[in-house]
Amino acid sequence: MSNHAASSTPLVSLQDVLLAYGTGEKRQVILAETNLTINQGDFIALVGPSGCGKSTILKIVSGLVRVTSGAALVKGREVGAAPIRIGMAFQNPTLLPWLTIRDNVMMPLKIVPPFRQQFQKERHRGFRDRVEALLSQVGLAGQGDKHPWQLSGGMLQRASLCRALVHEPELLMLDEPFGALDQFTREELWAIMQDLWMTRRPTVLLVTHDLKEAGYLADRICVMRAKPGRIVEQRDIGFARPRTVETTFSPEFTTLTHDLRAAIVAVRNASKEAA
Amino acid sequence: MSKIRRQFLSGLLIAGFFLAWQLICVGFGVSDIVLPSPSQIVATLVHDFTAIWPHAFQTLYTTMLGFVLAIVSGVALGVVVGSSRVAYDVANPLLVGFASIPKVAVVPIFVLWFGAGTVPAVLTAMVTAVFPIVVNVATGLATTEPELEDFMKTLHATRLDRLVNVGLPRTMPYFFASLKVAVTLAFVGAVISETVASNRGIGNLMMIASSNFDVPLVFAGLLILALLGVALYAVFSVIESRVTGWATRGIDLASL
Repeated sequence: MSNHAASSTPLVSLQDVLLAYGTGEKRQVILAETNLTINQGDFIALVGPSGCGKSTILKIVSGLVRVTSGAALVKGREVGAAPIRIGMAFQNPTLLPWLTIRDNVMMPLKIVPPFRQQFQKERHRGFRDRVEALLSQVGLAGQGDKHPWQLSGGMLQRASLCRALVHEPELLMLDEPFGALDQFTREELWAIMQDLWMTRRPTVLLVTHDLKEAGYLADRICVMRAKPGRIVEQRDIGFARPRTVETTFSPEFTTLTHDLRAAIVAVRNASKEAA
Repeated sequence: MSKIRRQFLSGLLIAGFFLAWQLICVGFGVSDIVLPSPSQIVATLVHDFTAIWPHAFQTLYTTMLGFVLAIVSGVALGVVVGSSRVAYDVANPLLVGFASIPKVAVVPIFVLWFGAGTVPAVLTAMVTAVFPIVVNVATGLATTEPELEDFMKTLHATRLDRLVNVGLPRTMPYFFASLKVAVTLAFVGAVISETVASNRGIGNLMMIASSNFDVPLVFAGLLILALLGVALYAVFSVIESRVTGWATRGIDLASL
């Protein structure tokens, strides 16, 4: 279990969350008895078999889906009640094809207060500098004027990360953002993601299939099972930062991924028997 | 195939069409009451230009006015219908019903309400042109990627924010594709109405010419209609490629 001593109110707290669709025969339980506490600055990874409700947790925390019962609290208040800035990135970069990379990254500043009010004044000044700084931090310096279709998948995903971070979100939601990339590009982006997190310290919730990715990036890994989805194990990851690809070849790391893999195989089999 | 080569072949095909027409008329001695030759049509066009011109202008005027009204009402209706999956599904049967009414059938109703002349022509042009616009705008909006919607929602973007920043720009390629179709349809609507109930316009001109057995003038009217139609289509194609080049990128540069 997590040993995070929550001295103050946790940033996010899921208490006995149940999420179900439909009624009667057709009732489908997506998540049950889900408990999760996320403190300010945490980097949490959710891993587990397909259909275990990993992305659903992301949607609950970001207020896109309402829980059927239980409590989903952000800053001690019900989701949506407390003002919180959220950034989001998906496996599909979903950049807008008619905008340049710069304008794409700037989009949250156009919409989210307090930036929204300054947008007309700052878009060619402070905001532009802010976007340029972000782009160069992820290795996209000088690419701001290009359109999405002129960039490779890995570069688009970097831009997507910039867009998720530009409005200084307190909570960053990453839904398999590196899932569609090749191994080497993915490792590059892990390093970039770690760098972004260490310099800006948002609270991150990462959904991933990749155990190495989870071990590389996260402070805590939550293993989930399916049918119904729930968190069955939480594990603190103590490797020193900044971690590198070399870290992932250390014996401790290998033991970790090995254990995690065994845990997931066990819950997969359990949910198969349940079904 | 290179763009110039394709354009050259297109031009050749058009020239060949008129040449074959001319040859058939001359070669078989076809009476100009049945099928006038292109040279006769052009001669009529030149000779009667001052008489034809006000009619052509009238038709262009009613078409464009009806078209503009179709754009305004079509976009407004499309935004409402496309605003959600539910609205789209609910409105669809009614839309299809209206769209499938032959527009010539509504002309008598407009004449009943507004009298013969310009107003029914404008309205017929509008109702003929409006449906492709509504359907395309609605489809463009309703098919926005769910991740994009989620992204905007987590930023607490208002409905208007989402529409202005994502929905409408995303719909532009659909919208302009529909305009090319709609502008030619508006034309059809205006001419139908003029033919049935007006004393001005190319439709009316052709009606009167045919009752006078002035067949070359009928064909001259037809030629004017074709030229206006092509011109309007071309104008909207150019606007489309300027505004929505991001959707087709390099592809349409070659095919324009």
